[in-house]
Amino acid sequence: MKELLIILMSLVLVDNFVLSKFLGICPFLGVSKKLDSAVGMSLAVIFVMLLATAVTYPIYIHLLVPHGLEYLQTIVFILVIAALVQLVEIILKKHVPILHRSLGVYLPLITTNCAVLGVTLLNIDEGYSYVQALVNAIGAGLGFLLAMVLFSGVRRLIEHNDIPTAFKGIPSILIAASILSVSFMGFSGVVDGIFK
Amino acid sequence: MNKLNILSNGVIKENPVLILLLGTCPALAVTTMAVNGIGMGLATMMVLICSNVVIALLKNIIPDKVRIPGYIVVIAGFVTIVGFLLKAYAPSLDKSLGIFIPLIVVNCIILGRAEMFASRNSVVDAALDGVGMGIGFTLALFLMGSIRELLGSGSWMGIVMTAEVIEPMTIFMLAPGGFFVFGCLVALINKLSNGRAIKKKEMGCAGCPSAGGCGQIKEGGCH
Repeated sequence: MKELLIILMSLVLVDNFVLSKFLGICPFLGVSKKLDSAVGMSLAVIFVMLLATAVTYPIYIHLLVPHGLEYLQTIVFILVIAALVQLVEIILKKHVPILHRSLGVYLPLITTNCAVLGVTLLNIDEGYSYVQALVNAIGAGLGFLLAMVLFSGVRRLIEHNDIPTAFKGIPSILIAASILSVSFMGFSGVVDGIFK
Repeated sequence: MNKLNILSNGVIKENPVLILLLGTCPALAVTTMAVNGIGMGLATMMVLICSNVVIALLKNIIPDKVRIPGYIVVIAGFVTIVGFLLKAYAPSLDKSLGIFIPLIVVNCIILGRAEMFASRNSVVDAALDGVGMGIGFTLALFLMGSIRELLGSGSWMGIVMTAEVIEPMTIFMLAPGGFFVFGCLVALINKLSNGRAIKKKEMGCAGCPSAGGCGQIKEGGCH
């Protein structure tokens, strides 16, 4: 239990996927303008990350490894993620239209989100057990949600500031992300401090 | 568009990282050292050229409805090959690039060029576009890597430069430095071109690889 908590906490605060591992930068910069779209995108990412881990991990362990096909990892994982995203969209559209209206629009963007493929690959690289891998996926997703929500707040505040012409738009957003990332560096060591 | 234009387009006018703002994840993550920037750039360039050529060859065979999964399979195949080559011939580079080698699959530049260029042009043009975009990507990563390595560790390409004169600022090697240097570079390009180069100040649908399958375009984009 303690081990799982360490994985969860360190992914949300210390090794944040967006702010310290640079995974999922495109949606982080692109969809963080409004709070509701930031939350919607993050929830969709958490859901797909969890589902993708739940499916790709057993495929790797029980199908690829016994047959010596580990080299197919990248191809299989990206195809599974692409298929899952399509499937989820179809199911949501048919059976849960309310959820589809709020999350559905972000689903096609998630296939090419490197955070989702990243988390499935990292689970294998780190040699996690199935439960650890699932917790890892949730932690990565929650860290993404935290970064997105905080950053949408920051962006709302800097939007109407008097920024030098050259820094208007993307440059100012990147500098703001840099400062947010500095503040997350303050968490380094916090997990060791709590759990030791 | 003549051949030279196609080639130079990706290097300067439509530099994928600094002007189109694509492929930001690897551009920020691996550029702690100039060498890593070049390595990542060349690996991506190889995948880009090969996948552009194959997709241009297959453009009439792949049915329109399944084209995105088709492109992904082609790209993932080449990424696996490049990953093996790096593991065999440049193991230290492979270690420092780590997970970002398999993640070339989801690099927006490659899928974006497949969708926007290779699937609509001849094989030769697609290959030239791959070379141009690849050089542009490599140059941008090399530039960022050089700045971060010089400021962050006082060396360049592994050679000690200013470390003995000025205390290196380690933060440039860490995550915040990546965002900061990238922001300043984009601002510099804005300044030099009087804001003309980066027409879309925000990320637009034009650069989004999912644009083909995205229902949001009719409603004016997802942001």
